[in-house]
Amino acid sequence: MCETCGCDGDGATIHGREGTHTHVLPDGSKVTHSHGQASPEPDDAGRSHSHSHPQRESIRLEQRLLEKNEQLAERNRAFFLGRRLTSINLMSSPGSGKTSLLERTLREATGKFAVLEGDQETNNDAARIRATGVSVVQINTGKGCHLEADMVWHGVQELDPEPGTTLFIENVGNLVCPALFDLGERARVVLFSVTEGEDKPLKYPNMFRRAQLILLTKTDLLPYLDFRVADAQGAIDRIAPDARVLQLSTKSGDGLDAWYAWLEELQGPD
Amino acid sequence: MHELGLTRGIVAACAERAQGRAVRVVRLKIGSFAGVELQALRFCFELCAEGTLVEGAELAIEEIAGCGECGECGARVSLDSPIAICPCERRARLKVVSGDELMLESMEVDDV
Repeated sequence: MCETCGCDGDGATIHGREGTHTHVLPDGSKVTHSHGQASPEPDDAGRSHSHSHPQRESIRLEQRLLEKNEQLAERNRAFFLGRRLTSINLMSSPGSGKTSLLERTLREATGKFAVLEGDQETNNDAARIRATGVSVVQINTGKGCHLEADMVWHGVQELDPEPGTTLFIENVGNLVCPALFDLGERARVVLFSVTEGEDKPLKYPNMFRRAQLILLTKTDLLPYLDFRVADAQGAIDRIAPDARVLQLSTKSGDGLDAWYAWLEELQGPD
Repeated sequence: MHELGLTRGIVAACAERAQGRAVRVVRLKIGSFAGVELQALRFCFELCAEGTLVEGAELAIEEIAGCGECGECGARVSLDSPIAICPCERRARLKVVSGDELMLESMEVDDV
């Protein structure tokens, strides 16, 4: 029986480079081959195929590369649910204002909070958060450029937040790698500061396309910049048309009420 | 450099399933906007494979083109990036149907 021949599939299914596909023989062994190459057609009973590497066995793996992280993210999700934690994965380029926004939010917003700080090096951000009185655990990823689900698991065990807490997970400042790694969070929030280019969402679509909320930050600087908010909104609409977009300035406080309201909505009645 | 972590996972998975046999070919399917730099992946693969059953194996990467399906007419359009709005006049919603793949498909090992 052929595993892939005749599979109707859809446009996304491609049967291996140069048309290779796999047959399972009656004894359970597997052979990968392709038609139209030097390999001859099956002999009498279809029992065997000669193929290009007769001393080799092909082993089908069909494993998602991020499978392990996905499983660990599920474990986090179950833990968050069990503790009634509202978990938020905060992501952006370095310097878009994640920590500053958190500092002010932790002082002003209502609710119980805890923070996981992800950075390659230093405890600087954790120290800033700790100064607000909120418990925080710093995760240093070293050479790693993003947080992964198991780091969050260990961090949150250490943090041990009480039920009903809103857990901010401040990811490593990076618009590429963190996008790929599910942490088990309830919401992904991406910050996009007006000192960046309006086309950031088009340049880093993987980061923006799965965001529930996009925060356009540092809007107090708009009078001094050529940044066009409408262009940024247009770029977001092409990549993430369902995302909420809020404009705010942590410095001036403009727009923060809407951010706090969004948080309360996410936290739900408690 | 998440490619390093991904590659470690690939090498570990292959070495585990090879049951002591030398791995000759590792086949991946990578979508065009899966967020993986193929050159970095190849570089990391050689490094990670060193000293394992996977050392010296060929890394065969099949690149999967991005494709979106129009939410209104069902037409398929090829995509260079995962945009959610059709570039046609109607600006309908697009569902990404391929381009996100990150799969370890199969490997070839020496028969004992």
